[in-house]
Amino acid sequence: MDSDIVMVDDNGKRLDGRKADELRPMKIEAGVLPNADGSAYLEIGKNKVLAAVYGPRECHPRHLQNPAKAIVQCKYNMQSYSVGDRKRPGPDRRSQEISKITAEALEAVIQVELFPRASIDVYIEILQANAGTRCAGLTAASVAVADAGIPMRDMVPSVAVGKANGHLLLDLNKEEDNYGEADLPLAIIPKTNEVVLLQMDGHLTREEFDTAMKMGVTACHEIYEMQKDALRRRYSVAADEEQEVEE
Amino acid sequence: MENTNERPKREVVVPGDLLDDKGLRPGSGTYVLDDKVYSSLLGVKSIRSNYVNVIPLSGRYLPQTADTVVGTIIDIGPSNWLVDINAPYPAPLHVNEVPWRVEFGDTARFLMVGDVIMAKILMMDETNKIQVTMNESGMRKLQGGHVIKISYSKVPRVIGKGGSMIQMIKSITDCRVFVGQNGVIWIEGELDNVLVAAKAIKMIDEEAQSSNLTEKVKEYMESAMPAEERADSQE
Repeated sequence: MDSDIVMVDDNGKRLDGRKADELRPMKIEAGVLPNADGSAYLEIGKNKVLAAVYGPRECHPRHLQNPAKAIVQCKYNMQSYSVGDRKRPGPDRRSQEISKITAEALEAVIQVELFPRASIDVYIEILQANAGTRCAGLTAASVAVADAGIPMRDMVPSVAVGKANGHLLLDLNKEEDNYGEADLPLAIIPKTNEVVLLQMDGHLTREEFDTAMKMGVTACHEIYEMQKDALRRRYSVAADEEQEVEE
Repeated sequence: MENTNERPKREVVVPGDLLDDKGLRPGSGTYVLDDKVYSSLLGVKSIRSNYVNVIPLSGRYLPQTADTVVGTIIDIGPSNWLVDINAPYPAPLHVNEVPWRVEFGDTARFLMVGDVIMAKILMMDETNKIQVTMNESGMRKLQGGHVIKISYSKVPRVIGKGGSMIQMIKSITDCRVFVGQNGVIWIEGELDNVLVAAKAIKMIDEEAQSSNLTEKVKEYMESAMPAEERADSQE
């Protein structure tokens, strides 16, 4: 898929002025929706994502309940106005797939064994899309789960690495994604560097893949710090002494 | 009465933060990986007698045996009621656990859907099955009144040291107030006073971390209460 767009200029700068291993500007805010048990709003570049978490709560329908652990249900949804051409609303193959992999990535860190028979429901709404929404959605969802006070082993930062015009690029934007050769979204558990999400679209050589993974993992640690910062900011006024209870 | 002394720094931790690697024992809200204790919750770190705990700042109420809770009846069966106590699981109240003699199938005569009760957690087993009881002193149906919900982690703030906060709310607003450990609070009194008490409690819920909370709440309530009532209000 050759095109005459120059993705990386002679100085190593990309279309939007970033270096090859530079993230788009990112902003995370926790606790934005008072009606949800936990929530987060995230912007990365032109992506705008809202995540809400409910639960743990009783799981309906009953046949989905697992007597040994809680199940994590996720719904990833793109608003019809989130892309250039109107997106036909409702679940489709793509959003079902993303819902499934997001739920599985979150289940890897949430201490589901503490809540048998319960369900933890995660809703991700893409308000504006500009490539990399599954990663943005997972990053936001992870902050929202922590905000909901659900016990979890670690946060899950996520980012995509791709290839365009023969260059490996971190956190592709729309143009790079559309005219590029490969896209590799990944998510890790930063404490152990376990990979909880990994997909690939397009072609990379073995060497490129290894380099791309390294770039992604480094960037994930960067995002991890921003996630933690967002949660801390929510309770910046340090809480003081807990007191004796009874009545 | 204010808490400026002892333990000045309250550290907010997020899931995955290292709490201790020098032999302290893991308490609630923590987990162990490679002999190190990490936080599993968004909360405040606290060390008590060799245990590191994380006190949650948010989250669902998880019942503990012998907790006193305020619940609402949501369903009636022939030999039990289902109580909503704001936990992840429904809490059945069996007819043997109420202070009345109930014939089989006659449950609806005693408690109806929507009734509010004070109950104790009888037990919660390892599969998280809950049972509540009203066969304890002080447990009863709460007639009339209003119910408000706050985050269960803020309950200790609403009660205050030795019950100081709740006593103040009761005496200034002249309301009867019951606080359940599950964050459900029942208030009864004159409507205007109830609204003042409810708003004061919401204030505590939202500003639980701020210092001088007692003063602020007192100030608010005194300004909101009508003048004659204020005469007999003091700690």
